[in-house]
Amino acid sequence: MSAALLIDILLWGSVLGVGLIAFRRGPTVFKASLREGAMDFINIVPRIALGVIGSGYIAAIIPQEVITGWLGPDSGWLGVASAVVAGAATPGGPVIGFSIGTVALKSGGGVPQVVAYVVAWALFAFQRVILWEIPFMPARFVWFRCAVSVPFPFVAAAIAMVIGKP
Amino acid sequence: MSEPSPNNPAPAEDAESEPRPGRVRKPIGWSTIIIAVLVAVSAALVWRRDGTEGVLDILTHDLSLFSGILPRVLAGCLLGALISEILPHEKVSRSLGPKSGLMGLLIGTAFGAILPGGPFTAYPVASALLAVGADFGATIAMVVSWTLIGYGRAVAWEIPIMGTDFTLWRILISLPLPVLAGALGRFVYVRLYPKPAAEDDET
Repeated sequence: MSAALLIDILLWGSVLGVGLIAFRRGPTVFKASLREGAMDFINIVPRIALGVIGSGYIAAIIPQEVITGWLGPDSGWLGVASAVVAGAATPGGPVIGFSIGTVALKSGGGVPQVVAYVVAWALFAFQRVILWEIPFMPARFVWFRCAVSVPFPFVAAAIAMVIGKP
Repeated sequence: MSEPSPNNPAPAEDAESEPRPGRVRKPIGWSTIIIAVLVAVSAALVWRRDGTEGVLDILTHDLSLFSGILPRVLAGCLLGALISEILPHEKVSRSLGPKSGLMGLLIGTAFGAILPGGPFTAYPVASALLAVGADFGATIAMVVSWTLIGYGRAVAWEIPIMGTDFTLWRILISLPLPVLAGALGRFVYVRLYPKPAAEDDET
């Protein structure tokens, strides 16, 4: 709870700070950007609604065992590849993603595979992409960003293999 | 019947039809349609498995989640709009634009790493940067940096759950990735869209 409060304070503090700068540029600039922000908000609410409600249903049909299965004991690059798929397909928020990673580490999953999983989750977790990235960013950017990011969980795993365990 | 067929977002979307300079919002693109279909199929599967009650359970849970998120979304939208208003456009396109080189990627990376808040700030701000002249490369560096080396999620979730050692080590490994992703993004973008096409006729 306190973490959430801290986030809200930081967030609205930043809005206030940037708002103050805009206000000192003149009330017209300030009003225009407030109006623009409000319009963005109104435009985005339906998409966020679809994302929030939708990802709940998508998450409900992906059982967690499937994810942990993908993050199984396969070692080597095949294991890295299936860890990447698991990261992208993991439903839910950071608690679930990191918990699955921890369980995999403790139950003998390879470190490079877990790194690939965590990095892939950070880059591609479908729920974040659907819920946040697509509503806020131009769709063309999102797909482009995802496509360009594909090699990087593998790069992270390769670095992990080279420099060894933590 | 499974009632939560995706609440068709089409009408509200194109309420304002005159495009604002730089910020292009597709009224309803393929992404929205794909997601809506995915949601409808998933909801139908949940309904078949758990009945109407299961569908309603998820709906009420997600609606309460949604109402909790809304104020933050508003804050993120305001932040994005204010930032795109106060940032000098020529300066942004010089330091984050297509010709900004390695420096632009590094600035994007640093910006993503220090940005406070969660996805409700990162994406509106990234969208604002894109609107005021940052190129795909620098924006990719920023988004990837926020998600991989930003301190917010690491402090709030990763360290408590995965431990400090793993987290710091994972961040160390991730350090070069935003710049590499941005560079790859630029490399591909220039070849995919060879002409410096006018941004405004992208529908």
